[in-house]
Amino acid sequence: MSLVQFLVLGAFMFSLGVYGLLVRRNAVMVLLAIELMLNAVNLNLIAFEAALRTTFAGGQIFAIFAITVAAAEVGIGLAIVLLIFRNRRSVNVDELDVMRW
Amino acid sequence: MGGWFSEASNWWFLLIAVFIAFSALRVVTATNVVHSALFLVGALAGTAGLFLLLGAQFVAWVLVLVYIGAVIVLFLFGIMITRAPTGPKVEVDNPRRGFAATAAILTFAVMVYSSVSAFGHMEVTTVGTGTATDLIGSQLMGRFVLPFEAVSFVLLAALVGGVTLARKDTARDETDEGGTA
Repeated sequence: MSLVQFLVLGAFMFSLGVYGLLVRRNAVMVLLAIELMLNAVNLNLIAFEAALRTTFAGGQIFAIFAITVAAAEVGIGLAIVLLIFRNRRSVNVDELDVMRW
Repeated sequence: MGGWFSEASNWWFLLIAVFIAFSALRVVTATNVVHSALFLVGALAGTAGLFLLLGAQFVAWVLVLVYIGAVIVLFLFGIMITRAPTGPKVEVDNPRRGFAATAAILTFAVMVYSSVSAFGHMEVTTVGTGTATDLIGSQLMGRFVLPFEAVSFVLLAALVGGVTLARKDTARDETDEGGTA
């Protein structure tokens, strides 16, 4: 199998994540789009590992690190979203303009 | 591309890739937040399937356990707690769709161009050449022990930070009684 087909699929998933990140109003949906982007990165890491087959399985270990960091990120992110909701009764990112100007 | 379809694993790739592409598209276009989260499960499950195809069994099951088992549940809790609007008439996207689509398409074009021109000749080895889990374990505790400890510290910090952020501030709530909050 060619490596490029995995890279193109990863690029497609990443671009959809970029689209969702820019277009969504709900902060939880923005976080979902970020998960999509992180997942595309993991796919790239595993695909490169399958192509290079390093003796120390570097791609797979870094994919595990990325999964761990993503879990931490989503925990903190949802805690912040929860706090914003508690203070402002809304999680729409285009209504959060307290720090503007 | 003539011989592409003669390889059985390419058919598996095509099947999973179409599934992932559809799910990922629905994650960012669904108008219901819960549907969006559940389509993310589809995209992640498809990715785990590709990991199995690429001989990364351990990472595939870590993905299933951590992402589908824990992160999605966390997302569903977040959706329920923030009472995200799920009605059919709710506008979940902001009006700048064209700008966002342009940015996404340009990102896609650049990434495809650079990966095809740089890695177009490379091949992956698939099923039957999987990485043994004991290699991952010994490397995590050997060569990668420092980043491993750093990541565990990040997780601990995130845990403490999440609890600190999300717990109710009782002292402040008493003074703010009847406020605008």
